[in-house]
Amino acid sequence: MADTEIKENAAQPAPANRPAPKAFEAPTLHLSSSPHIRAGVSVPKIMLLVIIALLPALAASVVLFGVQALVITAVCVLAAILTECIANLLLKRPQTIGDLSAVVTGILVAFNVSSSLPLWMAALGSVFAVGIAKMVFGGLGCNFINPALAGRAFLVASYPAPMTHFPPPLMGTVNGLPDGATLASLSDVTQAAAPLAEGVTAATQTVDSLAGGVTDTLSSIADTVSSAVSSVTEAVSAATSTAVSSGGAVVDAVSSATPLGAIKYAFANGSFNAIEYSQALLQLFLGDVGGCLGETSALALLVGGIFLIAARVIDIRIPLFYILTVFCLFWLNNGTASFFTPESFVAPTFHILAGGLFLGAFFMATDPVTSPITPNGRIIFGIGCGVLTFVIRKYGGYPEGVSFSILLMNLVVPLIDRCTRPAIYGEVKRG
Amino acid sequence: LSKKLTFRGGIHPNHCKSLTEHLPTEALEAPPVAVIPLSQHIGAPAKPLVAKGDYVYVGQMIGEPAGKVSAAVHSSVAGTVLSVRPFAHPSGRLVNSVEIENDGTDETVDFEPVGQQWREAASGALVDKILECGIVGMGGAGFPDHTKLSPPASKPIDTLIINGAECEPYLTADDRIMVERMEDILTGVQILKKILNASAVYFGVEDNKKDAVNAVYDRVAGSRFNDISLAVLASKYPQGGEKTLITAITGRKVPSGGLPMDTGCVVQNVGTALAVFEAVVHGIPLYQRVLTVTGTDVLRPKNLLVRIGTPVRLILEACGTNLAAAKKVIMGGPMMGTALSDLDVPVIKTTSGLLALNLTTEAVRKYPCINCGLCVRVCPVKLVPSRMAKFVEKENFDEALSWNLMDCIECGSCTYMCPAKINLVQFFKLGKMKINAARAAAKKAG
Repeated sequence: MADTEIKENAAQPAPANRPAPKAFEAPTLHLSSSPHIRAGVSVPKIMLLVIIALLPALAASVVLFGVQALVITAVCVLAAILTECIANLLLKRPQTIGDLSAVVTGILVAFNVSSSLPLWMAALGSVFAVGIAKMVFGGLGCNFINPALAGRAFLVASYPAPMTHFPPPLMGTVNGLPDGATLASLSDVTQAAAPLAEGVTAATQTVDSLAGGVTDTLSSIADTVSSAVSSVTEAVSAATSTAVSSGGAVVDAVSSATPLGAIKYAFANGSFNAIEYSQALLQLFLGDVGGCLGETSALALLVGGIFLIAARVIDIRIPLFYILTVFCLFWLNNGTASFFTPESFVAPTFHILAGGLFLGAFFMATDPVTSPITPNGRIIFGIGCGVLTFVIRKYGGYPEGVSFSILLMNLVVPLIDRCTRPAIYGEVKRG
Repeated sequence: LSKKLTFRGGIHPNHCKSLTEHLPTEALEAPPVAVIPLSQHIGAPAKPLVAKGDYVYVGQMIGEPAGKVSAAVHSSVAGTVLSVRPFAHPSGRLVNSVEIENDGTDETVDFEPVGQQWREAASGALVDKILECGIVGMGGAGFPDHTKLSPPASKPIDTLIINGAECEPYLTADDRIMVERMEDILTGVQILKKILNASAVYFGVEDNKKDAVNAVYDRVAGSRFNDISLAVLASKYPQGGEKTLITAITGRKVPSGGLPMDTGCVVQNVGTALAVFEAVVHGIPLYQRVLTVTGTDVLRPKNLLVRIGTPVRLILEACGTNLAAAKKVIMGGPMMGTALSDLDVPVIKTTSGLLALNLTTEAVRKYPCINCGLCVRVCPVKLVPSRMAKFVEKENFDEALSWNLMDCIECGSCTYMCPAKINLVQFFKLGKMKINAARAAAKKAG
């Protein structure tokens, strides 16, 4: 009976409340300039696509660094949204959180910090990113540097130690990363298979107990990483001055440096060995190394990046020329005698897979607001980012240079745009 | 049918042509009162030849061309002239028009065709006939055809391009006449070819109009029309733009600030070719045309043969339009057509369609420009629309000019794509208007 009633109620009002219009009564006609139809694409939809593209990397970060990755991301996103909301209220401007750009910024800030960073610091990064780098300049579309990178730069400058303290990944201890076992065997660590298996069992039982009884297992896993790339790890311990401080919620017994720190040290003291480093490439590709939350898994970032290119959200020019430039420069500077042996490609491959290059190239350098709009300008921008990254990684004081390269290039975007106005259709060459 | 021809940039809006693409053209009866504007073309308005109280026949010239760039205007009904005065015009302005009460006899003047002997006639005589019959470009611009067909000797024409692209969504009028009257169109094309003495003739049709493509293909294979080549175009907006069409078919590019004739090409719409056929072979002036009446609020969408001067309201009513629900009535296509403020305006020579749509377009920007570059990607002229719009908005016209504002063809692709929903084209129209006004003022002063 109830169903029938509802149906009747639902069926009646429409015709009853809206009498059939008189045939030719004067309509209210809307006027506007052509075109009268619009594509479905909109700013929030673009932002949503970026968020979707970031999900594989988010999933990878949870697999690699545990639930804490998710917590940090949530905190950063929340802080970013709140900051934008409050800024709009204070400035008495219409609310803009619906455009979802704050969500993207929040996720990217989280992806740029270590999983062991205290939550309040991560939140502060988001507040700076949205509040200072974006809202102060007039909100979305008016910022001249990438907000998330500004937030990261602020954190690196303010809290250098926690920002460069990277706990090692949980490596294959949680289901999800493809072929954890294959990874291990490929890495020539068959002798470590037993603790690895233990780790898998333990971790799948409960993720919460990680901090307790699994610490030993984690140590063994860390050892497997070390044995696979022993020289890397040796270099790591030498290169990182960062203390193995407490505070990491998941892991407090071991610490690891980023692979970039390792290779930089190896190049500096001449201990670089192409064969040893080549064994780490697959791990780097999958992201099974220490580093910022979202930057380590080149695979996950690549999946998201290709999705964005296919969806025409980002222009392939920027990531392609960025990564290509870094690759070429390190190939010309590869630490081996020859340019055309397999070994000569180890260092450049290592460099494009390690650190934040994929995250930066696909998700930060492509931020439309702070990158050139002209097709040639985007190529120049990508190459510029690549050169600066090489210079910083090779000669700078930091092992990683992606974020500063992009920030520096952000500043010259208006200049690039001005100098690369495309030749229009049928342009007559003027002497 | 080899590789589809195309151009760089452009968009793929939903065609929405299925509503009318297979409906045969129907003739709509002549209106009780026709209002025929003396300006239905680019250039000077025609000089009226009739006054209140005069009796006119169908096809009688009621306005003569005033100057080189102007066109004759003819009566579309038989009856008494009620008045010659300014009336509301589709452009939104008031335009001097001839109001004629139809007495229903539909009696025509005696047409004076060149007839089938057009092949022997002199080119000049053919152009005169076209001038006399008031033919204008029927694709939308309304450029007087005799002017286009008389290029200066310094601009030799070697290529005639027939524009059957009809890239505007919803519109199927050109498609229908191509399916129904291809023989006559191709004869019109041969007349045009003779006038221009062109060595190559390309008939461009978008590949989404299968029947029209086949209609051309079947006939150019025979011996009668074998001097015409079929050019199958990719279905992409704005494929039917003069510049994009020339580039797609010949690879030539109209120089910035120049005209198609600078590339040795003349582009003629299929509707124009048909009108030329009617004028030359049958001596019938341009007093009626085929247009598409469609849209979400039109109950019975149609392709209609309509007398020039028929009020829009009558046509929409004849197609069962829900005028109370329609939020927008557009003359022309949805990409470049004009939103009408008054439904009593008449159909003119360039009216390719009437759309009644239940949609509105936000008048203000919805989001800030995020510099995404989609407008750059789709612009067929390779402009940077977002930048141009910013400069126009700030009234920095010098900078807007340096980013080639004047080269914009107002196709609307950038605005269609813009994720911030900024009315870019509106800025460009405004900027051009202000710049032209300033230039005119400077010319006057200096």
